[in-house]
Amino acid sequence: MGSPPHFYRFTGKILPWLSLLCTLLIAAGLWGGLVEAPADYQQGDSFRIIYVHVPSAWMSLFVYVVMAVCGAIGLIWHMKNAEIIAVSSAPIGASFTFLALVTGSLWGKPMWGSWWVWDARLTSELILLFLYLGVIGLYAAIEDKRTASRAVAILALVGLVNIPIIHYSVEWWNTLHQGPTVTKFDKPSIHVSMLIPLLLMAVGFKLFYLISVLIRARGELIERESNSNWVSELLEKR
Amino acid sequence: MNLDQFLHMGGYGFYIWTSYGIAFVVLALNIILPVRQQKRALKDIANRRRRNQERMSDL
Amino acid sequence: MKPVRKQRLYLILAMVVAIAVAAGFGLNAFNQNLMFFFAPTEVVAGKAPDTAVFRLGGMVVEGSVQRPGDDLRVRFDLTDFEQVVSVEYTGILPDLFREGQGIVSRGRLRADGVFVAEEVLAKHDENYMPPEVADSLKKAPGDLE
Repeated sequence: MGSPPHFYRFTGKILPWLSLLCTLLIAAGLWGGLVEAPADYQQGDSFRIIYVHVPSAWMSLFVYVVMAVCGAIGLIWHMKNAEIIAVSSAPIGASFTFLALVTGSLWGKPMWGSWWVWDARLTSELILLFLYLGVIGLYAAIEDKRTASRAVAILALVGLVNIPIIHYSVEWWNTLHQGPTVTKFDKPSIHVSMLIPLLLMAVGFKLFYLISVLIRARGELIERESNSNWVSELLEKR
Repeated sequence: MNLDQFLHMGGYGFYIWTSYGIAFVVLALNIILPVRQQKRALKDIANRRRRNQERMSDL
Repeated sequence: MKPVRKQRLYLILAMVVAIAVAAGFGLNAFNQNLMFFFAPTEVVAGKAPDTAVFRLGGMVVEGSVQRPGDDLRVRFDLTDFEQVVSVEYTGILPDLFREGQGIVSRGRLRADGVFVAEEVLAKHDENYMPPEVADSLKKAPGDLE
């Protein structure tokens, strides 16, 4: 990860390429999911919501783990870049969680017959949204940004316990939400023609997170290092 | 397949297009807002420095 | 690693483990409350509330769906492949409701043991495939594809 100016220069160089790749993946995923994939035998066309719902839900968990791990690295080694990645992850993680909940609701209404039920999967995912919002709020509330990142890291680590609960909720308890499709240990129970667009979208969303978090981290870095020489050089170059 | 059928989505058009629409807006905001914030931060820092320099030259 | 850092690392690990254990105990204690629905076996065994509203989940027994009148009233049997409970419901069923489908209904038990539902939700499985594949699976059960 190296020093802040090196991080800033390096990410500036790779961001355009990441954006290009991300756009291509998501475009291919959308084409595959909305046009190429056949309708489901039970759910008809409504199952196509899977292509935003499932990648969002996966990312809501993935981003949280990244946030907690980077927070822990920040706490233990006092690495500035890790602290910044941790706090920059919260808004995008909250966005993915929000999307998972909203698209799930829009899928639940026609299929289950209800916008919302308080089963273990939906409730634990809602708690995840509140955890993200707590992280964002706590970080904004503390003036000194280094103290703030430490407080936020501890909150993120406490909330980490919710992640396995979300994942296994559908196996540990009776829920209205169905069990896992792709991440089961045996073969995924989704036809290849439907699986490929889903994987394309999943990788696309992962890249999207990387892009968004890097842009946010660069802004955060500039603000924190506003008095340093490398920011002066940056200003002169503009 | 024609466009009407595609938009209709076997009767689930409302649910599908609302999902995709919200997803697009939320993801777009996650790019637009940080880019704007970064620009504003750079401008703020530049202004602050200019002011400091002016104050120095006044002395 | 420097001793200070090592200490901080262990402290954090200890914290995460402690919270996980606490959460485990908590969830275990509230296990029953976290269940979204009761299964027919539990209802027959008398584990479900007699008078209060609760949720009943199971598979709609093939050939059991009847419409006794001209109105929206439906009767069907729910099973968990061990016990069967009859359900009566008046209202619009979700798109996915059909025989052999998993559903969750909310309501209460009548004195004669019939479950009177106020709401019926469909529970779908985790399989996604095109209709043609599903048809061929019905003829020859086996793997996808």
